[in-house]
Amino acid sequence: MSKTLQRAAWAIAIIGFVVGLVGFYQRLTLGHTATNYGSYVPWGLWVAAYIYFIGLSAGAFLLSALVYVFRVKLLKPVGKLALFTALVTLAAAMFSIWMDLGHPERAWELIFRTNFGSMMGWMAWLYSAYFLLLVVELWFAMRADMAACAGEAGFRGKLCNFLTFGQKDTSDASVERDMNILRILGSIGVPLAVAFHGGVGALFGVVGARPYWNSGLTPITFLVGALASGGALLVFIAAIWGPNRGTEQHKKLVVFLGQIVLGLLLFDLLLEWAEYSINLYTSIPSHAASLRLVLFGQYWWVFWIVHLLIGSVIPVLLLAFSGKNVTAVATAGALIAVTFISVRLNIVIPALAVEELEGLKHAFSGPGLSFDYFPSTAEWLFFIWTVSLAGLLFLIGYSLLPLVTPQKEA
Amino acid sequence: MSNILEKESALVRMQADIKKALQKPEDQRRWVMVIDTRKCVGCHACTVSCVAENKLPPGVVYRPVLEHEFGTFPNVGKRFMPRPCMQCDNPPCVPVCPVNATWKRPDGIVAIDYEECIGCRYCITACPYSARTFDMGHTYSQGTPQQMQYELEPNFEYGQEWPREEGVSPEGNVRKCHFCLHRLNEGELPACVTTCIGTANYFGDANDPDSLVAELIASPNAIRLKEEMGTNPKVYYLV
Repeated sequence: MSKTLQRAAWAIAIIGFVVGLVGFYQRLTLGHTATNYGSYVPWGLWVAAYIYFIGLSAGAFLLSALVYVFRVKLLKPVGKLALFTALVTLAAAMFSIWMDLGHPERAWELIFRTNFGSMMGWMAWLYSAYFLLLVVELWFAMRADMAACAGEAGFRGKLCNFLTFGQKDTSDASVERDMNILRILGSIGVPLAVAFHGGVGALFGVVGARPYWNSGLTPITFLVGALASGGALLVFIAAIWGPNRGTEQHKKLVVFLGQIVLGLLLFDLLLEWAEYSINLYTSIPSHAASLRLVLFGQYWWVFWIVHLLIGSVIPVLLLAFSGKNVTAVATAGALIAVTFISVRLNIVIPALAVEELEGLKHAFSGPGLSFDYFPSTAEWLFFIWTVSLAGLLFLIGYSLLPLVTPQKEA
Repeated sequence: MSNILEKESALVRMQADIKKALQKPEDQRRWVMVIDTRKCVGCHACTVSCVAENKLPPGVVYRPVLEHEFGTFPNVGKRFMPRPCMQCDNPPCVPVCPVNATWKRPDGIVAIDYEECIGCRYCITACPYSARTFDMGHTYSQGTPQQMQYELEPNFEYGQEWPREEGVSPEGNVRKCHFCLHRLNEGELPACVTTCIGTANYFGDANDPDSLVAELIASPNAIRLKEEMGTNPKVYYLV
């Protein structure tokens, strides 16, 4: 079963990568002229994709802390998978937002001309620190396993051999030392992940001009959403790619992760309810306008069908009533993880798709001077490309690196 | 003859006002725009002159004119509201810029450094007046066999020449009204002010108590948009 799904994942990722290449090519040759975002809705699918990926990354990373900081034994077999998932989704996030810039060649300014009064200024530094931490943590998490596979014949053995950088001690003492280092790194990583993802939430939250974003709850919703979506992705990955599949231990792990995801998803829905109900009750036009767009606008189905039905109700039912069935839990995880892009789109777009001054809509016309936004073909294709890129990076890493080690971690 | 002109023409008086202001150090000027909505007929001449002055490409607009229709027949009315950049004293677009590419100048004008702006568009989201637009790189002759020379001519924003080239700033940047800073520094009024057919548009130094704008903004019917945001705009509307 999982072998078939693994092969299907390869096929989907390769097809997506090839098809999506057209979008990347269009971005490089046509710049922003092939996109549908612009001046009135300045952020579109690519920004939503960025917060979607970075949320998956933060969520997967924070769950890895259960292994490396809190040493939850049951989850140990998927610790490295969680870290690697965090790394590839971080790569996709960075690529999405990089290509979204009007001048991508000036991205270095984010580090060398940083305005620390801007939440976005902080992001470049926090992501760089997070990237370094992830790489180092992943190395320590894999070091002993790489040392073990360094003796294998073929490319994998050579790669393992090279990546150990000569540190081939596999004694219990050295593994214990690695675990202690990982606990320190993980302990630094948790506040870092809270800072950068809470920070992305704050990036939106501080914008007073957009009442829909301007809430103290925004950074918190971002964090809980990250944990729910990242956890959901991890539970799906653990079910399909995790070690010891078919054993009681694997089942226990998946079921346990599934229950964590259920709790997180319900908490996320509670926060959503708080935000929506209070702002709709007061009905102050500027506060309620974006919410009305989400619930009853042209793209109402994104909320009701994609997010609420497919991404919330069905997974909650699956996790609550078939929570001990690995297939059901994996399905729920996949549904939440995939549909969470709708939550991200519904954060970014509706805040921008309302007129800030009445009459602006018809005052002047031109490309990008519209409040109706739907991503263009080029935008969709490039999005597909980034998703496929992350998928391919994951699959390649999975086949080359000792991300799962069944024998040792029984 | 010249005496009569100076007394009667607001334009001549404003011209003298800005020349006087330019004698002062930059940080003692306070450029202010006043728009008399009762005189505005909604001809959009200001919008067009701004597009021409700054050679704005498709999708970039500094000064659209917003129209509101109100009342029921036979008591109907129409109000026009040109919307330049408010050059806020407390501009929400400035602190959000991750690379310090936009700032408030000593004379109060909010400027953008086209060479440093990375085009992230965070400032667009932060502006409560939608006064910032994104130059996506569109051209008027897009889809036609030949690009016209007029599209390649430079504009002179911020006192510098900016020829139009693919992928080169200001393309890929966020752009906005700057009260025609390049004209101001030469002692000329902003293009929208000189073009207004009914002199509904006033400009000058509010720090000079004798200036025309100082007189106008002291009237009880002078309002500013979204005062509750605490942005402290420097564009006043007479209603």
